[in-house]
Amino acid sequence: MKIIIRSQSELPIYAQIAEQIREQILTGTIPEGAVLPSIRALAREIGVSVITTTRAYGDLEKEGFIAAVQGTGTVVLSRDNELLREQYLKRVEDSLMDAISTARTAGLDKKELFDVLEALWASEEEV
Amino acid sequence: MELLEVRGITKKYAKFTLRDISFSLPAGYIMGYVGRNGAGKTTTLSAITRLIRPDSGTVTIDGLRFEDDPIAYRDSIGYIGDSSYFPRRMTLRDIRTVLKDFYPSFDAAAFDALAEKWELPDKAQIQTYSRGMKVKLMFAAALCRETKILILDEATTGLDPRVRREILKLLQDYIADGKHSVLFSTHIMEDLQDIADYIFFIERGEKVFCEPKDDILESYLLVKGGPEELTPELERLLIGVEKHDYGFQALYPTDSALALPPALSAEKPTIDQIVVHILEGRE
Repeated sequence: MKIIIRSQSELPIYAQIAEQIREQILTGTIPEGAVLPSIRALAREIGVSVITTTRAYGDLEKEGFIAAVQGTGTVVLSRDNELLREQYLKRVEDSLMDAISTARTAGLDKKELFDVLEALWASEEEV
Repeated sequence: MELLEVRGITKKYAKFTLRDISFSLPAGYIMGYVGRNGAGKTTTLSAITRLIRPDSGTVTIDGLRFEDDPIAYRDSIGYIGDSSYFPRRMTLRDIRTVLKDFYPSFDAAAFDALAEKWELPDKAQIQTYSRGMKVKLMFAAALCRETKILILDEATTGLDPRVRREILKLLQDYIADGKHSVLFSTHIMEDLQDIADYIFFIERGEKVFCEPKDDILESYLLVKGGPEELTPELERLLIGVEKHDYGFQALYPTDSALALPPALSAEKPTIDQIVVHILEGRE
């Protein structure tokens, strides 16, 4: 796990922490079932307040990325869970929206865009 | 669970009154007690450590009042001030002996380890110590016995940044088990800002606010703009407007109904900037 706090960032510190952990869970850098450091250990390690890390973990918990498990600590949840699926779906939608707007700018029609998607999907499956 | 409870502390002096100060600090957290010089920080801390007796109000540490058991109450506090409270002609060894006699829970081995780590000379008189060394010695004395709360009165003022960073880590280690708390006073937040969970802001002996630091930081934006952008409508809403010939700077409350004009520059303020503008707005 990697966390970098930027004092110049527009985001508050708790949001920076949450965002970076979220990103690493979504990309699989932090695998499902992984145990995250405790709220207090993380605060100490990165030099922020306990309330700040509590809030970051609280947000990730609400979004379904992690859960506090009695006796184990804070655990990264399985990607099958409903809330997390929604997060993934939202990401897919966002990326597709980008693709659609780029396609429009480039003058591609729906069929052409679908073809690109199909081709990319197929080439990914071959790998 | 609240480790420190301060209820309605009042202390009247000829030229200054500390008025009705109340707050609580849960176990395992750090609070910064912020205000200008002379705002009442040291008076508050002295009322908690019982260097002075408040005219009214109560203080409990882990449920215990000073009146219940003065020795146990004082022992539960580790105090670090802005100047050394050790006799100037004593050496580290002398202090070690005194601490050992004085506090049953004093851990001499832990004290020696810290003194060695920080390279505190053991045969030199305390008066020859640098300010950084004196502060470290006070920390060593406070950390090597069982306490429940550390109270720091401007303890990090004037220290070099490296020593301050070390102290920051020490404070975080101290609260890591969730059973100990830290209350520190300062007139400049700077690097202690990062680790503080709560901020109490005092001005002229009275509370201005006491809230989680993250909430305070999110309540305001520091906005800057040219003179023509400061409409009367906007000025009414801003806090502590500082004008100069070519523009202005002020705090913008993020919950305000009026949207921020896009021409203004807006950034996250520091606690110091928030404090300065709130004080400016009260003048």
